[in-house]
Amino acid sequence: MLIPALLFASVWVMVILLLSQLPLLFIGRVARRWALSLRAGVFLSSLIFVVNFFTGSVFSAIALTLRFLVLLTAFSLFFMTTSPDDLGLALDRIGAVRWLSRKWLGYPNALSFTFTTAVRLVPTLAVDAQTVVDAQRSRGLELDRGNLLRRIRNYIPILIPLLLIAIRRSLELAEALESRGFPGKEGRTSLFQLKLKRGDYAIIGISVGAIAVSIWIFLHYRVPVF
Amino acid sequence: MITLEHVSFRYSSGYLALHEIDLSIQGGDFVAIMGENGAGKTTLAKHLNGLLKPSQGRVLVDGEDTRKVSVAHLARKVGLVFQNPDHLLFSETVKDEVAFGLKNFGFSPEVVEKQVGRTLEALGLAEYADKSPFLLSGGERKRVALASILASEPDYLILDEPTIGQDYQQKERLRNFILQLYSQGKAVVMITHDVEFVAESNPKVILLSKGQIVGKGSADSVLSRDEMVNRASLVKPQMSRLFGELTKYGLPRDVVDVHRARILLEDKLGEVKAPVAQNP
Repeated sequence: MLIPALLFASVWVMVILLLSQLPLLFIGRVARRWALSLRAGVFLSSLIFVVNFFTGSVFSAIALTLRFLVLLTAFSLFFMTTSPDDLGLALDRIGAVRWLSRKWLGYPNALSFTFTTAVRLVPTLAVDAQTVVDAQRSRGLELDRGNLLRRIRNYIPILIPLLLIAIRRSLELAEALESRGFPGKEGRTSLFQLKLKRGDYAIIGISVGAIAVSIWIFLHYRVPVF
Repeated sequence: MITLEHVSFRYSSGYLALHEIDLSIQGGDFVAIMGENGAGKTTLAKHLNGLLKPSQGRVLVDGEDTRKVSVAHLARKVGLVFQNPDHLLFSETVKDEVAFGLKNFGFSPEVVEKQVGRTLEALGLAEYADKSPFLLSGGERKRVALASILASEPDYLILDEPTIGQDYQQKERLRNFILQLYSQGKAVVMITHDVEFVAESNPKVILLSKGQIVGKGSADSVLSRDEMVNRASLVKPQMSRLFGELTKYGLPRDVVDVHRARILLEDKLGEVKAPVAQNP
């Protein structure tokens, strides 16, 4: 999805891509959450439309706005249907990732672990942020008071505790990991073994095929904007 | 006076955290809110200064509906001290930290300075005034957080787990401090799991369980009732358990000291050591 969307700037291509994504949203049962993220994307997509409308043509504005929606949908599809734990496990199985990780960080599973932890900590941090906001509001802080500069300054009492909590937590995490013998020995096994099934190969085949076809079209034809 | 009328609260996730709470808190009250984890204690506390607005029912602070006024406005009257000081400390010095609230409320620099000095003195923090709050110990940070709220002298003080991480002497100080506040006509509401602290301070106790008030009354009367204590997954205070044992074996309860109670029990049980004599 991503590559054809970035290769072409055509209204038709975007419409086709978007239409092909819709059934996937329903199969993945994320249509509702996707609609929510779409609502959050309204501002940005209207911005993209306006900017491109004034710098280019109406059609390129429509095409680029649709491209944004295609990308948004593609990312939503991926992250809403794939649990970060599974993603981490999968990364850990990719030879290239393990090799890079050993090269950079000294251990084959450090890179995938870092990824999983980072993704995992986002919701925790969101809870902390809410608590910090509540705590400072209880001390009379009004975030939406004053002019723009003042409003930015209002966030200092939120950001400092949040940053410190994050740092403190990462130190604690490091100690906890070390006390449990991380990274362990080579050849660590995992509780859940990910296996590629026939369906997965089919999806990989279709994706690679679609990418190949779109590159071929890109190289041999000029696709009109509209 | 803070009045809660049929307050129910549902988080956006659909979880019903409070159900039909009726409660009133007035000047001179000392109230302890107790209950199991997830009983809704902190949710209730956040209703008192308008951080959370009830889904049903209403909360009135001195007659003002919390849905109609800002948190900053209510925060002047209702001071809420959060459980974890790390969620609010951000200044370079303890002094600045304590002054933060006062400045937000628009007090003049002279008043700010005077109040900061007084509060730090009262909480035994004067020597740390120019230190960074981040270099202090956990218990000290907790007191700085308390000081930062107390400095503006709110009429209602809500404390979320104030005794955690405090040694015995500090708890004793805290108790005296609370006593001083409510004898001055302020209201103190304390969320706690610390049964011993409650038993020794004897506040009014409100027992929450699964978002509902299951018991109300003096500390003695609530904490000595087995069915209530179990419902809120608390363990009775040692003193209460000791006297419970005396009653169980038909021994006199008019003893005044623990040693005498122990001797009575040990005599009764012969060579077997009384179970209550072994502190958990």
